[in-house]
Amino acid sequence: MSDEMEGGENRKKIMFIMRKAPHGSIYSYEGLETVLITAAYEQDMTMAFVGDGVFALLKGQDTSSIGIKGFIKTYGALEDYDVNKIYVDRQSMEERGLTLDDFAIPVEVKQAEEIAALMEEQHATIPY
Amino acid sequence: MKFAVQVLEAPYNNQASDTAYNFIKAALERGHTIVRIFFYHNGVINATKLAEPPQDDRNIYKRWTELGKEKGIDIVACIAASKRRGIKDGHIVEGTRISGLGQLADMMVEADRLITFG
Repeated sequence: MSDEMEGGENRKKIMFIMRKAPHGSIYSYEGLETVLITAAYEQDMTMAFVGDGVFALLKGQDTSSIGIKGFIKTYGALEDYDVNKIYVDRQSMEERGLTLDDFAIPVEVKQAEEIAALMEEQHATIPY
Repeated sequence: MKFAVQVLEAPYNNQASDTAYNFIKAALERGHTIVRIFFYHNGVINATKLAEPPQDDRNIYKRWTELGKEKGIDIVACIAASKRRGIKDGHIVEGTRISGLGQLADMMVEADRLITFG
């Protein structure tokens, strides 16, 4: 990693948009991997969970019956990586009958318009 | 403008690889720079040299060699995603390479725009 990559003036706003359910496809899992790696580059990172993506944050996930390694615990490590801006789209949450109490980590619920406005501020948005 | 390009889907199964190629060609023709092309998810299958598509169709794999070898664009398949899907060094098309996710983070920061296909 070069010096200029380590934050400072080159610190860029990057938003990861998590759109898929955690299981059934690998998008959510591999998406989270990119979040963790990018965090090592000390960028100004945001995660937005929209659509079925909100299911990725459910607490009490048990993947033993589908024979897939779960990764909900990895979300608990985001704080250690200084990834603190974690937003859930309100409509996506409510359409799926979920409330803040259902999530395994602290998140902030935002209106779609607020998330859209945040997207406008980003240097890059990366959809998974 | 400096573009970084990410391809997330496998060739032929999805149009992402075709659209990415067409975008890159058009961008180069207009004098833009491609910082890097990064293959992720099933997009890593773009890098296999073991494929033999029918001869009466486009050869998507050769397009990456054209961009990587002839145009000198850095083309990277994610190593973790590649290992999951049977893509390894020695089995990748000329003009591409396998490396870590840091290459994705790096190009996002470096480029003016990140464009994702798939």
